Amino acid sequence: MTARVVTFSSGKGGVGKTTTTANLAVALASTNQRVVCIDGDIGLRNLDVVMGLENRIVYDLVDVIEGRCRVRQAMIRDKRYENLFLIPAAQTRDKTAVSPSDMVRLCNELRPEFDWILIDSPAGIERGFRNAIAPADIVVVVTNPEVSALRDADRIIGLVEAEEKGPARLVINRLNAAMVKRGEMLDTNDVLELLAIELLGIVPEDEQVIISTNRGQPVALDDKSKAGKAFQNIARRLNGEDVPYLPLDGGNNFFNKIGKMFKPGGN
Amino acid sequence: MSGFVDKLLSRNPNSASTAKERLQLVLIHDRTDLTPTQLDTLRNELIDVISKYVNIDRQAVRINMSQEGREQRLIADIPLKSATKRR
Repeated sequence: MTARVVTFSSGKGGVGKTTTTANLAVALASTNQRVVCIDGDIGLRNLDVVMGLENRIVYDLVDVIEGRCRVRQAMIRDKRYENLFLIPAAQTRDKTAVSPSDMVRLCNELRPEFDWILIDSPAGIERGFRNAIAPADIVVVVTNPEVSALRDADRIIGLVEAEEKGPARLVINRLNAAMVKRGEMLDTNDVLELLAIELLGIVPEDEQVIISTNRGQPVALDDKSKAGKAFQNIARRLNGEDVPYLPLDGGNNFFNKIGKMFKPGGN
Repeated sequence: MSGFVDKLLSRNPNSASTAKERLQLVLIHDRTDLTPTQLDTLRNELIDVISKYVNIDRQAVRINMSQEGREQRLIADIPLKSATKRR
């Protein structure tokens, strides 16, 4: 086994990096691959709560880097998949506690034992981001279809290219199909034309994401949720499968509209 | 619903196309690290240099940034004034 290292980045905070990392981890693990995720957001850790593993933390990333424990001791095994692990970020330190070469060394140690190493990058373009992309084989830029997120995504794409980690691939998160239809939200084609990179996936806005995160259960475990399905499809694309993009009409074609008239609140 | 009425009366372009146009401009400047003012200065200096050698119509000069994939390109269109006409 030689793991591929995938780093999730965005520039802007709050676009869904952690959600994307957690969900792809679960989706990849559900196909019996060995997956480890690393929370790169030292000082503001969150991947643990999103995955529902916050009560199991003993050691963290900085403990590993500074030699207070072995990598194995810091790896928390997931509750649902025994082939999924998390290395949490330290909460009481800052990004300078880790260097890009530390991250490269850590990933090289993990590579032989895993199929996938997923790194959740912190927001920003400083040290934490540099740490997160240093070991990456693939950089996935997560964005939302709105001006500030897209501008920051473009900056990240440029930096990834400059670090010779490109071309980055794009996940458009929280696309609201109804707003696109009304012409009040940029659509996928607009976004791809602006950023000029390859698409990896589109995740529709779905309140189920918050509901499942409340419970510490990534939405990718839920086959009925639209966002969950989208994350599963992204995982399949990472695996090299050619998966068509979900129709994003939000159920707004003529027949669905008629259907909705008889079923208020449906979908 | 009011959005629909606006559209019918074409009061306002929809916000998505406004966002796209604004982003197109912002990204060009972000990627090249060139502000609109700097681009203007560049334009004027370029015209000055070219004018030393050939006769050009300052008003007709077009200098624009264009985009091909993630590559930025500076395109200058400089029509020359015909030398024969001046004689």
